[in-house]
Amino acid sequence: MPELNLTSAPAHLRHGSNVGQPLTRRDGVLKVTGQATYAADNHPPGMLFAVIAVAGIAHGRVTSLDVAAAKRHPGVVDVMTPDHKPQLAIDPEIKTNPFVFRMEVLQSNEVRYANQPIAVVIADTLEAATEGAVLLAPRYETLPALVGLDAGASFVPPVVGVGNPTENHRGDVEAGLASAEKQIDATYETPPQYHNAMEPHAIVAHWDGDNLQIDMPTQGLMLSLARVAELFGIAHDKIHIRSPFLGGGFGSKGLMAGPPVLGVMAAKLVGKPVKLVLRREQMYGPVGHRAPTRQRLRLGADGEGRLTALDHHARTVSSTFDDFYEPAADASHTLYAAPAIRTSHDAVRVNTGTPLFMRAPGEATGSIALESAIDEMAWACGMDPLAFRLKNYAEVEPVSGKPFSSKALRACYDQGAARIGWAKRPLQPRQMRDDAGLLVGWGMGTATFPALMFQAEARAAIRRDGSGVMEIGAHDMGQGAWTALAQIAADAVGLDIDRVTFKAGTSDLPDAGIAGGSAHTATAGAAIHSAGAAVIAKLADLATGDERSPLFGAGNAGVIARDGRLLRRDDESRGESYAEILARAGVAEVEARGTGAPNPAAMEEYAMHAHGAVFAEVKVDPELGQVRVSRMVGAFAAGRIVNPRMVQSQLFGGMIWGMSFALHEEAITDRRSGRIMNANLGEYHIPVNADVPPLDVITVEEHDPHVNALGIKGVGEIGITGSAGAVANAVWHATGVRVRKFPIRIEELLTQR
Amino acid sequence: MKRFDYVRPANVTEAVAAAARPGAVYLAAGTNLLDLMKGNISRPDRLVDFTHLEGLDAIERLADGSVRIGALVSNADLAHDADFARSYPAVAEALLSGASAQLRNVATVGGNLLQRTRCAYFYDTASRCNKREAGTGCDAREGENRTHAVFGWSESCIATNPSDFCVPLLALDAIVEIEGRNGRREIALEALHRLPGDTPERDTALEPGDLIVAVRLPPAARGFAGHARYLKVRERTSYAFAVVSAAAALRIDNGRIAEARLALGGVAAKPWRARAAEDVLKGVAPTADAFQEAAWRALTDAKPSGDNAFKIELARRIVVRALTLAAAGTPARLPALPASPFASTSGAIHA
Ligand SMILES: Cc1cc2nc3c(=O)[nH]c(=O)nc-3n(C[C@H](O)[C@H](O)[C@H](O)COP(=O)(O)OP(=O)(O)OC[C@H]3O[C@@H](n4cnc5c(N)ncnc54)[C@H](O)[C@@H]3O)c2cc1C
Ligand code: SF4
Repeated sequence: MPELNLTSAPAHLRHGSNVGQPLTRRDGVLKVTGQATYAADNHPPGMLFAVIAVAGIAHGRVTSLDVAAAKRHPGVVDVMTPDHKPQLAIDPEIKTNPFVFRMEVLQSNEVRYANQPIAVVIADTLEAATEGAVLLAPRYETLPALVGLDAGASFVPPVVGVGNPTENHRGDVEAGLASAEKQIDATYETPPQYHNAMEPHAIVAHWDGDNLQIDMPTQGLMLSLARVAELFGIAHDKIHIRSPFLGGGFGSKGLMAGPPVLGVMAAKLVGKPVKLVLRREQMYGPVGHRAPTRQRLRLGADGEGRLTALDHHARTVSSTFDDFYEPAADASHTLYAAPAIRTSHDAVRVNTGTPLFMRAPGEATGSIALESAIDEMAWACGMDPLAFRLKNYAEVEPVSGKPFSSKALRACYDQGAARIGWAKRPLQPRQMRDDAGLLVGWGMGTATFPALMFQAEARAAIRRDGSGVMEIGAHDMGQGAWTALAQIAADAVGLDIDRVTFKAGTSDLPDAGIAGGSAHTATAGAAIHSAGAAVIAKLADLATGDERSPLFGAGNAGVIARDGRLLRRDDESRGESYAEILARAGVAEVEARGTGAPNPAAMEEYAMHAHGAVFAEVKVDPELGQVRVSRMVGAFAAGRIVNPRMVQSQLFGGMIWGMSFALHEEAITDRRSGRIMNANLGEYHIPVNADVPPLDVITVEEHDPHVNALGIKGVGEIGITGSAGAVANAVWHATGVRVRKFPIRIEELLTQR
Repeated sequence: MKRFDYVRPANVTEAVAAAARPGAVYLAAGTNLLDLMKGNISRPDRLVDFTHLEGLDAIERLADGSVRIGALVSNADLAHDADFARSYPAVAEALLSGASAQLRNVATVGGNLLQRTRCAYFYDTASRCNKREAGTGCDAREGENRTHAVFGWSESCIATNPSDFCVPLLALDAIVEIEGRNGRREIALEALHRLPGDTPERDTALEPGDLIVAVRLPPAARGFAGHARYLKVRERTSYAFAVVSAAAALRIDNGRIAEARLALGGVAAKPWRARAAEDVLKGVAPTADAFQEAAWRALTDAKPSGDNAFKIELARRIVVRALTLAAAGTPARLPALPASPFASTSGAIHA
């Protein structure tokens, strides 16, 4: 294949006719007309309903279950318990790889956290199964529950997040603090939060002999498939998972959790298809959450407002039986150019389901604390918060010293500040009022998220009729993958998007990697891009090697693929259609595969991050303390924007989440029982429409030649970072009250009159 | 779900008979009841659906100047009845500050009056709750209780009544018409809800089979139309229960308060009338000082039941604000964000 280099921009492909267009969701009509089939919409013939019974205690043992009473209930078919269940092929406690988390699938009567599954009732109807679960009337031997950030002795975990070092430092922090003219020493707390995807976790499992059909929302088809295969001891090719649509995942549907495994076990036990859907309150336990943190930030600055040291310590929790540590302090690695930076973590174990990745894991929690502390330091230095951030702008990644692959943060600051009118902001807090007498405050935060890449593969084909096919087991969680990836696919094969059959969302397609880490478009996109390049190269070979083709001999000059035709690069008037090439060659289709993967050399050389600047205006009732965000502007630089409309929605969603983080979200945990007391969307507050102000998103132009072939950085998570701190800082600016415990509560703002 | 019988009586008499049987409950729109059943908090044996019965869904202006609201009138229909909203603006404002548009469209007047507490421990069947299961204990007492009662609570129960609607109704001396086994009777709304004492399992004064057929506002209630507001502080702009709320209504003659009405929500197991505060306002000019004084009086007997002392200070401030807003006069149009501290913010376009 002459002159085709599949890892950088292939000469014959040109992104732009589809990529970059603000297409509306291609699955939009299906969704609004109710035709999009979510997992729980499947009803194979003979299907039964499974309902899990969950633990009412957070720690102890189930001593009895009234299985007989449950079975007597009309419609109940069977009750799966630790004593009555299909055998698994391996012990689910064994961590076969770092992406395997322990799950509760009735292997013992031990209770490790509240809402842990302790039995599964299978019945003809949902109602019968639900009542069966109640009739089990579990009894327990209750042990004291470990609850909260001070539950026990702390320890330093071996790693945080996904293999990040627990501690990191550069320079001498203590010396930096000692020499500082201004110091800040502040402690911030963030609560446990739950993903609360609109669609609850659901599975319809159907065994047909050895074959297993699964309908289940997943952000990681192949990881899930591999986990099911090892747990049930069956070959990968016996399992078929369909996950065409997810009603949100946010990290909670990334890895196989216990409840869907219970669904597969239940189907095996009764020999019939089984549907198992979690109730909202059952999502507060077995499917992950964002761990609470207590973060201490110590900052030093010299007389000019230059940081001399930044020390960020985060305390978090993990479960008593597994390890995931919210890497909150890592948020301080990349943003501010302190000569001395130290980040560290410790943890305690509590009776909780294992915390997991939740949209911007570590970045979100760390960001609200860091951005608050930076704001506090700017105030201590008597500086405008933006001026302070600019003064400490990191030209290279502070903690590693590496140059950035690209960083348009300055432009983000400029454009965002201009849009909100930042120059008019008084330095002092509690200076602004609106016509109605409400306090008005403006705050800002810097947004950042790493530009990650995972591994993916795609298969492309050009068919006899000149149309294209792109296949990849990618995941649409609502973010718009059906649209954005199809746009990349269309450009990759040089066709209009309507001429490409784009297949995604099932496990029989090439592995698209996990839809997480804001890396899905980049990773799957890179695979699609190279598969497209490879198939076009094959097509080009057919033409350029055939003397009957107008492209004969163009091998050296090269060809261009455009609108279903290959054209000579040196003379675009000479070319022919894909259909003509295939017809002449007498082949039904050409196909090829391509992969996407991180580039270790580039990663070695560059720090790769998306950046942004978020500005918020809040209004606070001066006497009553109720807060409302009245404006938000976010300017983000995230490399190439594949679909501006989808990207804007992702950033809106992130900014709303950030505001939610600052003002609303908290899982209220009973300090004695360890039970979550607001496990429903009535009382676990997230913003409603009336809370969401006019949002303004600016996508700042950024070309990054290093992150990946397409220059995509990802936008899924960055919107939360910066935003949470911006809102918190705006509340301070409005009121003069610095609240360090999130979410900010009314009572905290009642201190002043 | 537990299996239950579902009956549709032909008339009110049959309904009362059916509902008087042990284990029977009325089903109105079910927005509270069905949630409680799905959560296994209520386990009735029979639902008596009376929503098809005639004569329960009218808003009638009576000859004496009162208004009679049928128990099945929806929260939305009542709030959007132009004449009703003009005459009883604080009631309309309270209704529209509650729940969501979808819920208000179906939720009924009777159901709103009888909605159960939102105490998290009441909803959590794994917790002990005297209200849910008499004599088991109260896990809220030492638990997560920052939103619990500051008035009228007992060691057995510190829950609050969550209704917004009831607060201005109480301020306006609403009367509840009840059809029971012994025929028709009426009680003051103030006597409908009970304080917990030693029997928190009983929310109200209703007897088995009692059907609320209507709520009446007496003739005097109209007299406050020019100066009546509801104010509700909550943890998001809409779709949240009150942390604390207040209904304030004034009759102002010649620059003096001829009569004041004040009730608080979210502070006790029942909507809470602040008569002492009303008394200090009688005959005085509507000044900031007078309102401060009234606020102090209103909260004199308040006592935290847990991590909720802030509610007392908040309630004082809400009283002052609600009175101030009422004195300023009922706005010509109901604010786009009803009862919200942000009601007057320009640009508010939805609730
Ligand atoms: C998410 C959510 C948020 C909410 N937010 C608010 C809020 O902010 N403010 C607020 O005030 N309310 C709020 N509500 C409560 C809502 O107002 C009530 O659920 C509703 O008013 C109940 O009316 P219903 O007709 O559905 O009653 P149902 O649920 O049918 O009945 C409630 C109870 O009343 C009994 N009952 C009903 N009608 C009669 C009658 N005529 N005679 C005797 N007994 C009767 C029933 O037996 C049952 O016990 C909220 C509810 C939800 C679900
Ligand atoms: S406060 Fe009342 S409702 Fe809440 S747990 Fe205690 S007894 Fe039950």
